[in-house]
Amino acid sequence: MAHFTKATSLHDWLNQRLGIDTVRRVMATEYWIPKNINFLWAMGMVLAITFGLLLISGIFLLMYYQPNVELAFDSVNYTIMQEVGYGWLWRHIHGVAASVVFLIIYIHMFTGIYYGSYKKGREMIWISGMLLFVAFSAEAFSGYMLPWGQMSYWAGMVITNLFAGGSLHADGLVEWIRGDYVPAQAFLNRFFMLHVLLIPLAILGLIGLHFGALRIPHVNNQDGEEIDFEAEAAKYKSGDKAGSKVIAFVNDFMSKDMMVVGIYLVFFFYLVFYHYDFAMDPVNFDPADGLKTPAHIYPEWYFLWSYEILRPFSTDVGLIAFAFAQVIFFALPFLDKSPNAVPASRRGLFKYWFWALLIDMIVLTAMGKLPPEGIFSTIGLVAALTFIGLWIILPFITKMEKKA
Amino acid sequence: MKNSSRRGFMGKAFGAVAGVGAVASLYAMKRSWDPLPSVKAAGFTTLDMSGYKENELVTEKWRGKPIFVLKQTADMVEKAKKNPKELERLIKIGDAYYLVCLGLCTHLGCIPGYNPDEQSFLCACHGGLYDFTGEVTKAPPPRGLDIPPFKIDGNKLVLGEEGPEYKKMLEAGTTLRA
Ligand code: HEM
Ligand code: FES
Repeated sequence: MAHFTKATSLHDWLNQRLGIDTVRRVMATEYWIPKNINFLWAMGMVLAITFGLLLISGIFLLMYYQPNVELAFDSVNYTIMQEVGYGWLWRHIHGVAASVVFLIIYIHMFTGIYYGSYKKGREMIWISGMLLFVAFSAEAFSGYMLPWGQMSYWAGMVITNLFAGGSLHADGLVEWIRGDYVPAQAFLNRFFMLHVLLIPLAILGLIGLHFGALRIPHVNNQDGEEIDFEAEAAKYKSGDKAGSKVIAFVNDFMSKDMMVVGIYLVFFFYLVFYHYDFAMDPVNFDPADGLKTPAHIYPEWYFLWSYEILRPFSTDVGLIAFAFAQVIFFALPFLDKSPNAVPASRRGLFKYWFWALLIDMIVLTAMGKLPPEGIFSTIGLVAALTFIGLWIILPFITKMEKKA
Repeated sequence: MKNSSRRGFMGKAFGAVAGVGAVASLYAMKRSWDPLPSVKAAGFTTLDMSGYKENELVTEKWRGKPIFVLKQTADMVEKAKKNPKELERLIKIGDAYYLVCLGLCTHLGCIPGYNPDEQSFLCACHGGLYDFTGEVTKAPPPRGLDIPPFKIDGNKLVLGEEGPEYKKMLEAGTTLRA
């Protein structure tokens, strides 16, 4: 049996039982971060903080929300917004965070793509990151159902219909998902369960996996340099902090991270107090009505690019293109055939590929918001074909790439 | 050696029990997501066809879904008669022809709007178009508006029951089972 001695302090008492010094050393003071990184590497922490904001505001919303088709709309728009003290604050934090979290996720993803942080041992970081993206998408969609407004209802209708698989005509599957012929009580209840329990649980587990996946390869750096972390850590510990290429996660790196988080939070709360309206679709302030479609149905901005890939084609082709767009990012580490893990700017054709993809997704996003008519239809179609084309040529252009 | 094969056996036995349990609980989970019997035993809607006006779209409700009823004008019937695919889609009650269909776009289920001047339905979601018989005239919708199961009962139409006229439409491929 382990031997315990009389504790000299509370710290010592806990340390004997939980090994808190070891935990702290492994997780913080001897977790090494390269020096050669910039503010874009703070996005992961910004995401973690934003998830925290979603969780806390969500808990307060949960105290008054009613998952019932008769009551849901009023419980949000009347009870929470007007009666509950500061209820509006939780709702605006939740709405703004749900939207901003995707902006940060996209920045975080494109940072990873730019610096090649998805290969050379970092594949699992990328894959767990994509799983987080999928989980956040499902979380955002299920949350969007809850106020039971017109956009909730019709987005629920359109998105669940995707599961009919076009000509496969799998209506049984759609009805199974909904628990009814149309979105109704069973539908609202199960999406409520998904939103407040199952998906958040999955997200927590995935965040653990994502962080765990970072542990062995460590984070990348601005030059894609392969760092000997043990040697550099030894230098740091021997007192040569200036000469070492790494710093400790806590306190060195954390203090910089928190600086970025601080700036972010000022911007975030500016949005919450003065510009929350961008995250609240006016159409969703009409209660759900199964006999009236809104003039335009469009998803929130962060789904527009993939929605626009669905739209210009006939049902079956559109569905295939859409499914392609949903999963193709997972394959990035395997489609990029070049051994170079350096910034895109030093990678020949990949540099153009990177910027083309980014611009194409912005164009798709803009077109997804506009009505599908005339010139917009054409631009949307070209952008959708470009997106697919870019992914098809990726293995070829990266194969040709010279060793950097 | 003897020991490890005994552990191997225990492992396999546990695996078998756990496997059966996992399959059984997956089945229970699947069933819990099924629509309830009360939802399934969804009702029938009876429409009195005498009240509708020509070229005026009325939206009824069946199983929570909108049902379009459009009584055809003499002009429309003339036009439809030139195209058997269109005529097949109409329901004849007495001397009058009606379009009775689900008011849900066959693309992704938005409700198209009717324009009585152009005698066509436009789906604003992704720009699909249908003519006055609900036949599709512009993609993305893959097919015309679906026709709900119906039975003609004198001057009445019962939705939810499959009458001979509906079965004929199914066989001819005029509509899918909605
Ligand atoms: C809310 C969800 C997410 C959270 C909380 C999160 C958190 C983090 C954190 C704390 C880091 C380390 C610091 C940094 O490099 O920024 C990180 C790194 C990383 N994440 Fe995420 N992440 C999320 C989503 C994603 C997504 C959607 C992807 C893309 C598929 C992704 C890909 C990566 C990659 C490639 C790295 C390594 C960066 C490097 O080595 O330089 N993450 N993440
Ligand atoms: S739902 Fe009607 S065109 Fe897409």
